[in-house]
Amino acid sequence: MINLTIDGKTISVSDGATVLEAARAAGIEIPTLCHDPRLKPYGGCRLCIVEIAGVPRPVTSCTTPATDGMTVTTSSERLFNLRRTVVELLLSDHPNDCMVCERAGDCSLQELAYFYGLRENRFWGERRRYPKQDMNPVIKRDMEKCVLCGKCVRVCDEVQGVGAIDLAYRGFGAKVCPPFEKDLDCEFCGQCVSICPTGALSGRMWAGKGRQKDVKETETVCPYCGCGCVLTLHTAGNRVIRVSSKVDTPNEGWLCPKGRFGYEFINRPDRLTTPLVRREKGGALEPASWDEALDLVAARLGAIKDAHGPDALGGLASARCTNEENYAFQKFFRAGIGTNNVDHCARY
Amino acid sequence: MTNSIAEIENNDALFVIGSNTTECHPIVALRMKKAARKGAKLIIADPRRIPLVKFATLWLRHRPGTDVALMNSIMHVILAEGLEDKNFIDSRTEGFEEFRKAIAQFTPEYGEKITGVPAADIVKAARTYAGAKNAGIYYTMGITQHSMGTNNVWSVANMALLTGNLGKESAGVNPLRGQNNVQGASDMACAPAVLPGYQKVADEAVRKKFEAVWGGALPAEPGLTATEMTDAIIGGRIKGLYIMGENPVISDPHMAHTLKALKKLDFLVVQDIFMTETAELADVVLPASSFAEKDGTFTNTERRVQRVRKAVDSPGDAKDDLSIIRAVAARAGYDLGPASAADVFREISALWPAMAGMTYRRLDSGGLQWPCPTDDHPGTPYLFKDVFPRGKGAFSPIPYIESKELPDEAYPFVLTTGRILFQYHTGTMTRRSDALEAVAPEPFIEISREDARRLGIADAGMLSVSSRRGSLQVKAMVTDRVAPGVVFMPFHYHEAAANVLTNDALDPVCKIPEAKVCAVRIEKTAEVAAGV
Amino acid sequence: MSKEILVNVCMGTGGIAAGGVEVMEAFKAGFADAGMDASVEKHCAVHQVGCRGFCARDVLVDVAIDGNRATYQYIKPDMVPRIIEEHVKGGAPIAEWMVGDDYHSFHDRQVKVVLSDCGRINPEDIDEYISVDGYKAAARVLNEMSPADTVEAVKKSGLRGRGGAGFPTGVKWGFCAANKSDRKYIICNADEGDPGAFMDRSVIEGNPHAVIEGMTIGAYAIGADTGYVYIRAEYPLAVERLKKALADARAHGFLGQDIHGSGFNFDIKIKLGAGAFVCGEETALIASIEGERGMPRAKPPFPANKGLWGKPTVINNVETLANLPYIFRRGPEWFASLGSEKSKGTKVFALTGKIKNTGLIEVPMGIPLKEIIYDIGGGIEGDRLFKAVQTGGPSGGCITAEHIDLPVDYENLVKIGSMMGSGGMVVLDETDCMVNIAKFFLEFTQAESCGKCVPCRIGTKRLLEILTRITEGNGRPGDIELLLSLANDVKDASLCGLGMSAPNPVLSTIRYFRHEYEAHIHDKRCPAAVCRALITFMILDDKCKGCGVCLRACPAGAITGEKKKPHSIDRAKCVKCGACFDVCKFKAVLKE
Ligand SMILES: Cc1cc2nc3c(=O)[nH]c(=O)nc-3n(C[C@H](O)[C@H](O)[C@H](O)COP(=O)(O)O)c2cc1C
Ligand code: SF4
Ligand code: SF4
Ligand code: FES
Repeated sequence: MINLTIDGKTISVSDGATVLEAARAAGIEIPTLCHDPRLKPYGGCRLCIVEIAGVPRPVTSCTTPATDGMTVTTSSERLFNLRRTVVELLLSDHPNDCMVCERAGDCSLQELAYFYGLRENRFWGERRRYPKQDMNPVIKRDMEKCVLCGKCVRVCDEVQGVGAIDLAYRGFGAKVCPPFEKDLDCEFCGQCVSICPTGALSGRMWAGKGRQKDVKETETVCPYCGCGCVLTLHTAGNRVIRVSSKVDTPNEGWLCPKGRFGYEFINRPDRLTTPLVRREKGGALEPASWDEALDLVAARLGAIKDAHGPDALGGLASARCTNEENYAFQKFFRAGIGTNNVDHCARY
Repeated sequence: MTNSIAEIENNDALFVIGSNTTECHPIVALRMKKAARKGAKLIIADPRRIPLVKFATLWLRHRPGTDVALMNSIMHVILAEGLEDKNFIDSRTEGFEEFRKAIAQFTPEYGEKITGVPAADIVKAARTYAGAKNAGIYYTMGITQHSMGTNNVWSVANMALLTGNLGKESAGVNPLRGQNNVQGASDMACAPAVLPGYQKVADEAVRKKFEAVWGGALPAEPGLTATEMTDAIIGGRIKGLYIMGENPVISDPHMAHTLKALKKLDFLVVQDIFMTETAELADVVLPASSFAEKDGTFTNTERRVQRVRKAVDSPGDAKDDLSIIRAVAARAGYDLGPASAADVFREISALWPAMAGMTYRRLDSGGLQWPCPTDDHPGTPYLFKDVFPRGKGAFSPIPYIESKELPDEAYPFVLTTGRILFQYHTGTMTRRSDALEAVAPEPFIEISREDARRLGIADAGMLSVSSRRGSLQVKAMVTDRVAPGVVFMPFHYHEAAANVLTNDALDPVCKIPEAKVCAVRIEKTAEVAAGV
Repeated sequence: MSKEILVNVCMGTGGIAAGGVEVMEAFKAGFADAGMDASVEKHCAVHQVGCRGFCARDVLVDVAIDGNRATYQYIKPDMVPRIIEEHVKGGAPIAEWMVGDDYHSFHDRQVKVVLSDCGRINPEDIDEYISVDGYKAAARVLNEMSPADTVEAVKKSGLRGRGGAGFPTGVKWGFCAANKSDRKYIICNADEGDPGAFMDRSVIEGNPHAVIEGMTIGAYAIGADTGYVYIRAEYPLAVERLKKALADARAHGFLGQDIHGSGFNFDIKIKLGAGAFVCGEETALIASIEGERGMPRAKPPFPANKGLWGKPTVINNVETLANLPYIFRRGPEWFASLGSEKSKGTKVFALTGKIKNTGLIEVPMGIPLKEIIYDIGGGIEGDRLFKAVQTGGPSGGCITAEHIDLPVDYENLVKIGSMMGSGGMVVLDETDCMVNIAKFFLEFTQAESCGKCVPCRIGTKRLLEILTRITEGNGRPGDIELLLSLANDVKDASLCGLGMSAPNPVLSTIRYFRHEYEAHIHDKRCPAAVCRALITFMILDDKCKGCGVCLRACPAGAITGEKKKPHSIDRAKCVKCGACFDVCKFKAVLKE
């Protein structure tokens, strides 16, 4: 254990904890932009700077290991001014088109600008322009909005193990891009999208569907593979418009392309919306009322059972339906119809 | 899984066999990559150069269908070099001697002859797996969808027993479940021989317990599995079938056979969210709800029961599956009992001790892993800590049996099937999601560079692929992912459905069909067209 | 004839560029033609030696006959036959080709430690290094001293890092030595990215074995078994000589297993850098060796605790390491006797700019700036007025006339707002505009910023933009304060030394030359008449002879005037190219 003092509070943390972790554990807020607890410390944005007694310059709390006896100050006029300059510099090279940005209301940069009250900017100057668009089908990459926090680069390498993007060029022209600035061609897991603090990265299909303030969030479980990732469905009206996942889930907020981008089927117009019955053998399936359809099912199943016994019927349940539904299904077959001919496709 | 997903990152060694984890279980794969980054040894046994190979310490490319021979020879080395966990074998297992005899002939050299994996690599794998403090085995359909799939699973269990890698953290035997609620559907007894919670239908006491709650007498004879049902339909014994949320036309091996059966039925009900290839054959189609439109629970591959919550209303007149089943049952004169998902869940937890401690309230914060027998039980991250359900873990002597259909002159290639990252199962959902469909819009068949060169096949050229059961046309993908003599197809695409070709030969025990190995012939379409 | 004839041809990068190879070939051929037979040749050596610092005079050649040495400057191959004829054969040195007093005063005030063997021995011949006691220090350290004693000795010598920050080398080694680890590394930083710096290159080209010996001593002291020399690929000659030196050292058992029979194992690998300035920063350098983008990482953890591949690592500059053999040969006390109170030993500088004798110099720490400029450097070019010296390159600041007596050492330079840096020393005179100088360095640093951290990536860009608008006559009231405020924030908030020091040239020029900024901003005037947008050209009627040269030279047709009558410039048309100013023989064009 390590004991240190932050803003006058004595705090104990385990070995290896950073100053930022120690502060957060004690409920002390420090602004961050490039930090994510799931990634290695980076120290790029400089917002999390703090003062440490005996150290002449401010240091980044996200990268600095806590040590015994350390005395840390997380807010002072000097720190406030430095942080504000950093945000001001970021805004001086930003399109500042929040009015039409997908992430408005859900953007770290916007929050910071608000917090520091930055309406004016002392540093207006040249702004990066990237007229060439990345035409990949899944992820919209608007790099003029990028703050180069490097999170996307790190998540792609450290977590996903793909390394599809990296920082290229130097100085003011530094840029996150795929090799040779080609269009992104990767696993499209969208981990980068989920971690980007600004509107630089977004799902292509999100565009214009609704911003965070109008959105209702519902936590549920992914309908695809057996990993069982927890999804947050973002809905606007009766439409699912986006899928995300929270950091404190068993899947740590990571998803695959299916879980993150494969939700559009829900709102498809070709969903079945009414029962269909085939009124004569060889005829077409025609819309019917629930009453007609249910009566027909009950009658036909009953007739087969009466004529050939319950074992002339079989049921296939679904590995995609809920426990409750599957339970009810087999209960119906066993207790209602009287056969054990019930299975699901665990074998495929 | 005997263990949990989160434990994977602390494995010292991982043996991944028959699982294309990055594409089929991407989030489990993240933990595997993390383990590898933290220094774990990752051994992969797969006929294809799957993407996870990039992170592997050792890749064993064995011939499809030779898993038992591979594992037996690995275990032979473990015994020959004295790397087994003698304590564990003595105190917690039985049947070791017969097992030892059964693998006596599987020297690494013999293993090499059957599997094509160099003997030296077999030795390396044995030392790595047995030498690790905590080693986990991970597998999926790659070893189960075989006519000897059960044998493969027993071999996996043998490996874990031999090295004492069961009943502890970050080890174990871990089948990765392919669909989001396969675990739950099995737990809930959508299977012919058991009642919920794997309680045997044949056991009278068990039946009594359920009869008391459900009302009415329960049948004591186990029923038919899905694949057996298909034969029973063709044989005229089954006349009516009710399918909820499945698309067997595309997902089952030997499509012609499936179609024949479904068409022969007197009555077919299909309950689904889209007009699937199977629904098109139905007499009645009932519109159901997608996962986003209902409440309930799913149980994932690590036995974690988690809440499904309603986010939007179903379109039109579509109803959730629970209401539909209740309504059908009611009209058939049976009262299914509780109407809400929450109440159904309460009934389940009352009948299955492993879920007795779970309530929707408790599930709200992150779910619970069964067994969770009491209200204050935290759930069970890994199984068999002190005992196995049957007391001691039993070794099974497993002989090597060849796949049912091996390549010959007429059908010289081995076809193996599987999934890809961007599509899912029969594509009903993923192919209706523009982003995914844009990335992976069309079917393909992977063929090795050598074979492609020999047959004059160009990348993206159209091929005709046929087996004894059917044929289809599909674009070639020339790649070094597959070995010469082997071809691979994803089974998601109805326009070139791999299951037109696959074999429905069954495993004798669990009746799983042999979707992973069959023999096919490959021709360029131009040649075929010329003949027509 | 049994004269001993020794010819040294300067073959550093500067010497070679001036034709050193050809000159050496000419000597060889000349001796052969002159029929100086084998028995004579035994005593006649044409050596290649490393740089001796005075590159402006290359090709420099020493001809020593029986120990009597004469040094020639500006030698071309076609001059060689005459030297052989008159001097070697005839015994009469050619006075008009020989170096003059300035050459000697250039050398006399210097004290050579690191460079003491550069220019004396053949860097490609390990035996020559051995003959001047090379590798003896390492042999003694490895066989007779404990690692702890070795660290102590370096502490006692007072040696501080020559790579810029001046951190005490012994202390750094001590930190690293205290760590327990299965592996440790020592890295020689030969990235040398400062514009105009070539100290490290000269040391490696002139005496690579000293660096190897220094690294071996360091490796032993901290317990490393592997070393890396991170050297920029643009130094092909240095790389080549280093490679040969490493191979020769291995062949002699000075590297590899059981070095000097001591049981200590150590070897060195070369890692070529792609020439980004920031890769000289130690954590970026480590990232680069690890195969990642050369981007600095936050400290702590410091490399001494967690460096290359997470293992304890010492990084030292070339010059730092090359000092070590001499320290151990002559004793730490001797070294500590050189220099000032807190800055021991000597420092190599690259003296450039508006100075008569440009070149590489080595002086004792604490030498007054005046001596460097006037005694060694020979004073300002064209005897113009001294304005300032910029030290520390893009990370440093300027020393003005008021500090000309300042003893040059680490503390003093920092005190006046500059820094030692790696040893660049640019002399500026009245014709240099200080705003423009600041802008020049900012152009460099902002382009070389790695882009990782916000203050440096965007902050230096904004500083440059403000400086640019000032030099273009668009400066606004308040710009000086804005520069000061932003410069201080960039300094305080940047991640690595590049960003921390990039504002120094701005801060330092504002500190000492605020009036020049004010003139640009308020009076729209460039006092040094450098900033094109702010200067005007005028023809002085009383000096103009009406020759018409300027009229013909002007590309814009801005000059009119009848022959033999004073001409005049149309300001609206003038593009300020300065052609008229340059061509006028009568100094009739005024630039203001
Ligand atoms: C932007 C930047 C560039 C640097 N470039 C060099 C360099 O080219 N050579 C060098 O020796 N040190 C360079 N340094 C200093 C190194 O980071 C490090 O302090 C030095 O190599 C340590 O060696 P020393 O203790 O022997 O001086 C640079 C520092 C910064 C911030
Ligand atoms: S794209 Fe987003 S995540 Fe990536 S560096 Fe830019 S701001 Fe950060
Ligand atoms: S200060 Fe400049 S060079 Fe250093 S890390 Fe920041 S951006 Fe990169
Ligand atoms: S959060 Fe610490 S530097 Fe960005």
